[in-house]
Amino acid sequence: MLKRTSGLMGWLAAVQLSALIAAPTLHAETVARYGISMADIPLTTGQPDRGAGAYQFTGHTLYDPLVAWEANVGDRPGKLVPGLATEWKPDAKDPTKWLFTLRKGVKFHDGSAFNADAVIWNLDKVLNDKAPQFDAKQGAQVRPRIPSIASYRKIDDMTVEITTKAADSLFPYQLPWFLISSPAQFAALGGDWNKVASQPSGTGPFKLDKLVPRERAELIRNNDYWDAKRKPQTDRVVLLPIPDALTRTNALMTGQVDLIESPAPDTVPQLEKGGFRIVKNVTPHVWPYHFSLLPGSPWQDIRVRKAANLAIDRDAIVQLLNGLAVPAKGQLDPSSPWFGHPKFDIKYDLAEAKKLMAEAGYSKDKRLKTKVIIAQGGTGQMLSLPMNEFIQQSLAEIGIDIEFEVVELENLYLHWRSGAAADMAKSKGITAINLAYVTADPFYALTRFQDSHYIAPNGVNWGNYKSDEIDALLAQSKTIFDTKQLDANLTKVHEDMVDKALMLWVVHDVNPHALSPKVKGFVQAQHWFQDLTTIRMD
Amino acid sequence: MLAYILKRLAYAAPIALAVTVVCFLLVHIAPGDPLNAIAPADAPAEVIEALKAAYGFDLPLPVQYAKWLGRALLGDLGHSVATGRTVSSEVLSAVNNTLLLAIAGGMLSFILGTVLGGLAGYFHKSKTDRVASAISVIGVSIPHYWLGLVLTIVFSTWLNWLPAMGAGPGGSKEWAWDYAHIRHLILPAITLSVIPMGIITRTIRALVAEVLAQEFVQALRAKGLGDRQVFLHVVKNVAPTALAVMGLQLGYLIGGSILVETVFAWPGSGFLLNTAIFQRDLPLLQGTILILCMVFVVLNLIVDIVQPLIDPRMRRS
Repeated sequence: MLKRTSGLMGWLAAVQLSALIAAPTLHAETVARYGISMADIPLTTGQPDRGAGAYQFTGHTLYDPLVAWEANVGDRPGKLVPGLATEWKPDAKDPTKWLFTLRKGVKFHDGSAFNADAVIWNLDKVLNDKAPQFDAKQGAQVRPRIPSIASYRKIDDMTVEITTKAADSLFPYQLPWFLISSPAQFAALGGDWNKVASQPSGTGPFKLDKLVPRERAELIRNNDYWDAKRKPQTDRVVLLPIPDALTRTNALMTGQVDLIESPAPDTVPQLEKGGFRIVKNVTPHVWPYHFSLLPGSPWQDIRVRKAANLAIDRDAIVQLLNGLAVPAKGQLDPSSPWFGHPKFDIKYDLAEAKKLMAEAGYSKDKRLKTKVIIAQGGTGQMLSLPMNEFIQQSLAEIGIDIEFEVVELENLYLHWRSGAAADMAKSKGITAINLAYVTADPFYALTRFQDSHYIAPNGVNWGNYKSDEIDALLAQSKTIFDTKQLDANLTKVHEDMVDKALMLWVVHDVNPHALSPKVKGFVQAQHWFQDLTTIRMD
Repeated sequence: MLAYILKRLAYAAPIALAVTVVCFLLVHIAPGDPLNAIAPADAPAEVIEALKAAYGFDLPLPVQYAKWLGRALLGDLGHSVATGRTVSSEVLSAVNNTLLLAIAGGMLSFILGTVLGGLAGYFHKSKTDRVASAISVIGVSIPHYWLGLVLTIVFSTWLNWLPAMGAGPGGSKEWAWDYAHIRHLILPAITLSVIPMGIITRTIRALVAEVLAQEFVQALRAKGLGDRQVFLHVVKNVAPTALAVMGLQLGYLIGGSILVETVFAWPGSGFLLNTAIFQRDLPLLQGTILILCMVFVVLNLIVDIVQPLIDPRMRRS
């Protein structure tokens, strides 16, 4: 009896000891439910659709690029950092050839190895329509973002060479948009991208656990992620598409979600009173009127363009948005390394604006009447109609009478792509377009609007701006590989843009998020790329 | 009766064909590029042209229509340009979710509408009539987008009694008939029910009042029939028209309310249409509109067939 009892006690002690050892590893799963503003979960096959803001959800979560953007810092602009490539540099003799040294020891979620073959396979996926893995949808998403690539080849298992069409020092800025998905997974799923969408495999910090179209995507931590500094701080992030801003805000207030993007501006005071935190940051986004500089357009006169810029009380617009914007001083935010010191100071100065209009030949009896095409709303357009009405009233004070052509956002994109000179714009008397712009890198912020090579149909230099000096500066910038010199060049380009008042700059979005008190950590980057690994729950 | 049914079926065929033509052409009339679904806004012209060719959007419209119709007759509505998923699977899952909402909203509106309309008609020109009529006018006048938001603010945000959005805690795929899921249905169903409730109330009120004013009712009372028995006669006379109106309203509800489903993030056919419209996802738009129109055509056909079964006068004529 004594032997049996002591045996039992020993067994019990062993069980208790095991439990104590196991205890630290047993914990309730932490879940962050994120209400996103999109109407559906962005594509999960490797190249998200639905714009720049989608990359944070199903792009840089499930996948990595060769060259990444530093999105886990919020107190300064991020920069390019090594992703799946640890090093990249142009060939000293031929700067069109870039050598990428790939990161060793990285595996895709399905266990297969990441190597040069995977990179080439992915480049073929989006650029080579003869490749069996070519996907027109993914190609359409990313090709406009990697326009410099001419060709590519494998040098060895961990080295890839990409050749650009011309020397282009800004080429690395294109690469955070290009993501690497697993060739092995594609093959295992019978070469069907639709199957890959529900069982994607990348190298990213999250894996996809569940996808219900238009309702939810559940991302779980990838415990084998290669970057120790970017391991997710939450076990599971549930993405819930809630396109209506008020619905999204209500979902947060009722505890159905833990954080949301873009709360309805009118609800900000209520959210703050209710203990929710509003997080915002400098964001590469600007809300402008893009002027046509074609003959016949009243905006050809720089005095009129400057007057328009001086007639807007931007602080009042920020108030209208309950603080969810910052006044614009140019195309870029003053904290940008390319902002420079423009001579034209964009501020609210009604007297100066009226003086300029008088100098331009306008008066009480001779008012300027023109038409601007705007969207009724849509992604990035902020509070389009009230803001435009504010601008309209402001410009009326200095003798500019604006009539609006209000269209749906997708229709506005058509006009944008067609350029100011297109028949539809000409015959309708449209001389400016209001469309919010992403200004995340030099191409997106400056080149595409100021380089005359990007006048429609080749690009979105909508206003037909042409300056030999700026064209030369931009062409030269591509051949400058020294960062300081490059920044100096780009600064000159930005200064020119502001000094010539090529647009009416109003505000920058601040990409606001509203967080429940349960969210203990979230770093908002100064970019449309956000790092969801920084979300930390109670 | 068989001849009547066959005649109704024969009418349905050209109606269905006309519906396909309208569905197909309507989406092409709206300005916008069908490739907005997959190409970034600043994609250069050659990328757009290449995509148009890849998706067949460069073909003449009659050719596109013929190809589309041929596939549709075999049950293939193509693939969504935006997601690559089949249109049929997208629409069927969305319609399933809308059916849930439509039936809940429909039942609520039919019951309320019938009761209020019956009371209003029976007690014509009394206080009861005025109250019921006021409720029905408010019902048809109130913008249901606004009503949905107000109900959410009151019952979700202030009182925290009901959830603000979604089709269940785990989404529609995990739907179960328990309170945790049904509570997600309550606010959108109420919101959706007010307009049909108002219309049905007004219709039944007018029908009941009209029937009660007819001579045969006086004759029935003269014969000594009590209120209950007279009421049954009134119901039989009112039913065919009321049924037709209810059938139409159910058709509208199954079509899905874009606004209500967006306010409540309910993943139904209205929400799907909303997404397809903004993305100019032509195959998805065409397929969704076609299926919803066909549901309407079939519902009307059913109502046309059931009506004579209730109303012997229609059988005789």
